[in-house]
Amino acid sequence: MRRRVELGSLGLDRGGHLLVLKALREAGEGESVEVSGEAPALDVHLRAWARGVGCEIAVEEGRCVLTRRGALGRRAGAERAGAADARREGAVVDRPPASWGLAPRGALVEAGSPEMDWPLAERDIVWADEAARLYAQAAAAQWDPATAIDWTRVPELPAEIEDAVVQVMTYLIENETAALVIPARFAARVHPHFREIVQLLAIQAADEARHVEVFTRRATLVRGELGLSTAGGQASLATLLDEPDFALASFLLSVLGEGSFLHLLWFLRDHAPDPVTRDVARLAAQDEARHVAFGLAHLQRHVERDGTLRARLAKAVERRHDALRHAAGLNEEVFDALVLLAAGSWATEDIARGYDAVQALVAEMHEGRTGRLRRLGFPDEEARALSELHTRNFM
Amino acid sequence: MSRPGKIDAMTSSRPYVMGAVAYDPKVVTIWDGFRAFFGEQGFPFDYVLFSNYERQVAALVAGQVDAAWNSPLAWIEARELARQRGREARALAMRDTDQDLTSVIVARADSSLRSLADLRGRRVAVGASDSPQATLIPLVLLRDAGLEPGRDVEIVRFEVGLGLHGDHVGGERDAARALAAGGCDAACMLDANHLAFTREGTLPPAARILGQTPPFDHCNMTVIAGARDAEADRFAQLLLAMSWEDPKVRALLDLEGLRAWQPGRTSGYAQLDRGVAQGGALSRFLEQVEACA
Repeated sequence: MRRRVELGSLGLDRGGHLLVLKALREAGEGESVEVSGEAPALDVHLRAWARGVGCEIAVEEGRCVLTRRGALGRRAGAERAGAADARREGAVVDRPPASWGLAPRGALVEAGSPEMDWPLAERDIVWADEAARLYAQAAAAQWDPATAIDWTRVPELPAEIEDAVVQVMTYLIENETAALVIPARFAARVHPHFREIVQLLAIQAADEARHVEVFTRRATLVRGELGLSTAGGQASLATLLDEPDFALASFLLSVLGEGSFLHLLWFLRDHAPDPVTRDVARLAAQDEARHVAFGLAHLQRHVERDGTLRARLAKAVERRHDALRHAAGLNEEVFDALVLLAAGSWATEDIARGYDAVQALVAEMHEGRTGRLRRLGFPDEEARALSELHTRNFM
Repeated sequence: MSRPGKIDAMTSSRPYVMGAVAYDPKVVTIWDGFRAFFGEQGFPFDYVLFSNYERQVAALVAGQVDAAWNSPLAWIEARELARQRGREARALAMRDTDQDLTSVIVARADSSLRSLADLRGRRVAVGASDSPQATLIPLVLLRDAGLEPGRDVEIVRFEVGLGLHGDHVGGERDAARALAAGGCDAACMLDANHLAFTREGTLPPAARILGQTPPFDHCNMTVIAGARDAEADRFAQLLLAMSWEDPKVRALLDLEGLRAWQPGRTSGYAQLDRGVAQGGALSRFLEQVEACA
């Protein structure tokens, strides 16, 4: 029996083709579909449309009859690109083909899709099972800089203490900009099949964007100008930007750099002389803890699978140390500013207390780095030695 | 994309060279893809782009290219010039979408016009002078309805992309816009463009169709018989074997706007033959080709 489609007043210029297409799909190849309706120009449009989709058209007793000549859809030869839910067996493949490109994981990908260049397309190199959980956590923990901090509490600090806060903020902004650019760059290189990783890198970049905002806002809350950006500080960050290897960059930035920064932010949360500075540091630290957790999770999985990775990680630290051997390390302005900021006044006993606090901070950073290196399987002695080689610029 | 076709073309036998008119930047993508495909099939192939059909036809007739991807008017030009030289032009292949097209003459729904005869004394918008679908063939339809263009109806031409034989849709769209804006009483266009213009809103939904041409054919792959016939046959064979079901060629066919290649036929050009027979039009087109030689 021939299929019939009655379009009434619905024309092909207003979606009528959907009904015709449905009938043609239901009909087998070579079967005919009779189309009738009262829309003006229906027969003219049917003829033009049928030609474009590879159907024959004939007019029988005033009615248009369409016959399929071949496949209508694009599903022949299409391939299922894993599964959307990463927990399902086989959902995330080891090496997704370049032709899966931007297709969502779990989609049916039409054969012949263009091959795109994704330099990071190996599961062993990019994947961390924790990524989905960390992403969900990050998405839930997003805070609004406008409301999370009460900006009406304009600090009234002694001029030099305010200067010190501004100098530390200047340093933080610079470092957080590097921490924004690096995951953003990798997000564009990871095969989209590893969706959770791309999402996590993207939200990490967004976290840093907020940090840059709140640090800038605190720096300019009282003063119009920022502090000094040093050549040594930038040289240290440049070595991070230059690292093309995902594992090594993740190691240097997240495990060592942001790991150290976490201590710095806690230090500011506990020692800063005004509530706004304490708040911005506290909120930023929450986010940084996640970044460190992802870096560690990703690398722990990676070192288990790649016997050479630990040696390469160690080499990366040594290489960076060598590159920065002649740089100044943490600039005096930042170090002194941290002391003054923690002291809160020029009283000698306060300065001494501030100095001790900064010394304790440096020691905590070292202990923290050593602990994380041990979690990556480095023996204690090597972990301590590598931690010592970490940039004096903290990040 | 690798281009084995190009490598073959450079290193082994002389490639089979086709001319195409660069009416749009996508033409490069299309024929680059075809070149790679033919190369993979062991058929050395290359292409040359022309800025207009007259220059392409001149090159075909002079033997500078082996085949030409021709508009219907370019086919007629090539056929006539070959005949003048004692040669014969062949239509090797055409797209399924080149067969049985129609054009329509459309009026606004709010006008009092009901039929082509009502256009007497009115203004009719057409596309470029060398567009078969938007000018030459619809004017035949008007004549068949007893209206002599220029005498019984005023013809308003939208000369966009002359030399591209209507491949550039600009003139046709401008004609439709003029109709919608009230600058003329009717406009001529391809059936598929009537659908497209209605969908995109260039034309109001209920624009009234006053007349529709009988079916005609559009482009074909033209060769001159007696020149590299065996390669021409192989070329046609490879084209006809391309399947939309094959993902490797589907993207190429989608870009070029077809589901399947069909053997070339010349039965669908009678209306255009009549169109260019009027008022010495064919001679003028042929002179333009000769001027390119």
